[in-house]
Amino acid sequence: MMIPKLAFRNIYGAGLRTWLNVIALSFSFVAIIFLQGLYNGMNDQIEKATVDAQYAGGQYWQKDYDPYDPLTLDDAHGKIPVNLQKLVEDKKAITILIRPATIYPNSRFQNALLKGIAPDQTVLSIPTSVLATDETATPALIGSRMAKSTGLKKGDYVTVRWRDANGTFDADEIRIVEVIKTDVSEIDNGQLWIPIETMREMMAMPNEATIIVMEKGSQFSEKIDNWNHKDLKFLLRDLRVLFLSKSIGGSIFYTVLLLLAMLAIFDTQILSLYRRRKEMGTLMALGMTRFKLIQLFTLEGAMHAVLAALVAAVYGTPLLIYVATTGYGLPDAADSFGFAMGNRLFPTFTAGLIVGTTVLVIIVTTIVSYLPTRRIAKLEPTDALRGRFT
Amino acid sequence: MDNSYLIKTEKLTKTYPMGLTTIFALNDVNLIFKKGEFAGLVGPSGSGKTTLLNIIGSLDSPSKGSAEVMGKKIETLSHKNAAQLRSRYIGFIFQTFNLLPVYTVFENVEFPLLLQKIDISKRKEMVMEALEWVRLADRANSKPAQLSGGQSQRVAIARAIVKKPKLVLADEPTANLDAKNSHNIMKTMVELNEEFETTFIFATHDAKVMQYLKRKLTLDDGSVEKDEYLEEG
Repeated sequence: MMIPKLAFRNIYGAGLRTWLNVIALSFSFVAIIFLQGLYNGMNDQIEKATVDAQYAGGQYWQKDYDPYDPLTLDDAHGKIPVNLQKLVEDKKAITILIRPATIYPNSRFQNALLKGIAPDQTVLSIPTSVLATDETATPALIGSRMAKSTGLKKGDYVTVRWRDANGTFDADEIRIVEVIKTDVSEIDNGQLWIPIETMREMMAMPNEATIIVMEKGSQFSEKIDNWNHKDLKFLLRDLRVLFLSKSIGGSIFYTVLLLLAMLAIFDTQILSLYRRRKEMGTLMALGMTRFKLIQLFTLEGAMHAVLAALVAAVYGTPLLIYVATTGYGLPDAADSFGFAMGNRLFPTFTAGLIVGTTVLVIIVTTIVSYLPTRRIAKLEPTDALRGRFT
Repeated sequence: MDNSYLIKTEKLTKTYPMGLTTIFALNDVNLIFKKGEFAGLVGPSGSGKTTLLNIIGSLDSPSKGSAEVMGKKIETLSHKNAAQLRSRYIGFIFQTFNLLPVYTVFENVEFPLLLQKIDISKRKEMVMEALEWVRLADRANSKPAQLSGGQSQRVAIARAIVKKPKLVLADEPTANLDAKNSHNIMKTMVELNEEFETTFIFATHDAKVMQYLKRKLTLDDGSVEKDEYLEEG
């Protein structure tokens, strides 16, 4: 216990110098936890929004469907398989028909995807009930991004041209009945949602679908001819790869923060070693071994991290609780990140994150504190007493 | 160990390289110090006083020859064993006091006892006893910066004697003190020498110190020129 006591006395006795380092290091603690919490919160939020609005409990894809190859869409449709019919009728699954189309908003043409969905569905968090109207014009639901890119707004009519199952071109006017604000750009950009029965008639594809979305928590994953089951792990794979690439960017940022804090600790240690050479000589003369001296100086450095963790807890805890509760406002430009981001991001601060960051910073600080003290191993007491390094 | 002596040096030589030449800080020094001696190494700067003290104190090692301190051959001691020797048996007093600035007077004096892992109640008793000896018990909670030069050196003496060492080595202990404080310090050390039979060896060229010595060794160019036992300390 002697070394910890001495280390504490020394850093306590160093006064302002100690507190400056501790406060700088505590900023790193809070900033790292905040940034990582922000990333975690963003990932959780994006994943949840994407699952709610797009994937629910997994999907069956018609065998020709490939979302990354628009040319497959012409053939990507098929009869609802018997095995899934009952689930669809019980509203435990919904069918979505996807077809390429061309729209002509404001006297220009634009490629789009027509997506047919049941207005009374509850599997996805898309407000499709607005599609249940008695109007003669086909009702369509679009997202705010689509509205912005096409200049369409609620109540507007727009001409849509498509090719039916026989390859015949046809066109009609559809009416925008609602523009929704969604965090999930994948159900918004370039898409028009219309009632699926209307779409089946337009396309001459009775009882057909491109994908079938299972309700959340569905365990149904039977193998079905001409349909491929895609579980959430598969569907979220790209998103998680994207998270990883973004988190690497974030890691670089907090590594830089950590390095800056470590530089301060390293500098303090180097300064300490030079400034306290005579003290080291005195301690050796009094009978302290070099090994204990190295322990003492290393522990002094490491104690900065422990104190910084305590200081960070004092002002960081209320700060992080506040941010986790009220969220972090995002600019409109956040839409262009390619993620489903809301207006506010709610960071997630887990015990693992806080404990992990604290342990990491303390370990790194200890290592950084130890490195300069290796010089003590070569220090001769007589040189130290004269204020020199051997 | 032969009980007739505490320290014995034989052909003790310490050299330092300086460019292409070699400087002899100590040259064939043969000395014996017995228990309870109050001896001074005197001589001009560069005569080898501090080097001899450092070797006796196991802070340095000989280039040639031998130095035996309390039965331990300094030239064969590992760093750890040398530290143990200093911790248990040797007290140091420095010209510039070398007090630890962030510690109080009490903590400075307590430090050698911490190294020996003496329990807290015993430690407190020993520290206060040492401070009583140097008449600084009332300044136990002061920081070194709040003390005068004389008081600082008395704290250094308390730190050196708190563990009741067999040997105290003092390098120019009065060099930074005025005449009155120098005499007080020396009187304190004489009392300690007589009370505990602690061996004191000084390196000094201060006439005020010399008048208290019981033995005076004059060094010049690394060799002992004269070794005198004085009648009255």
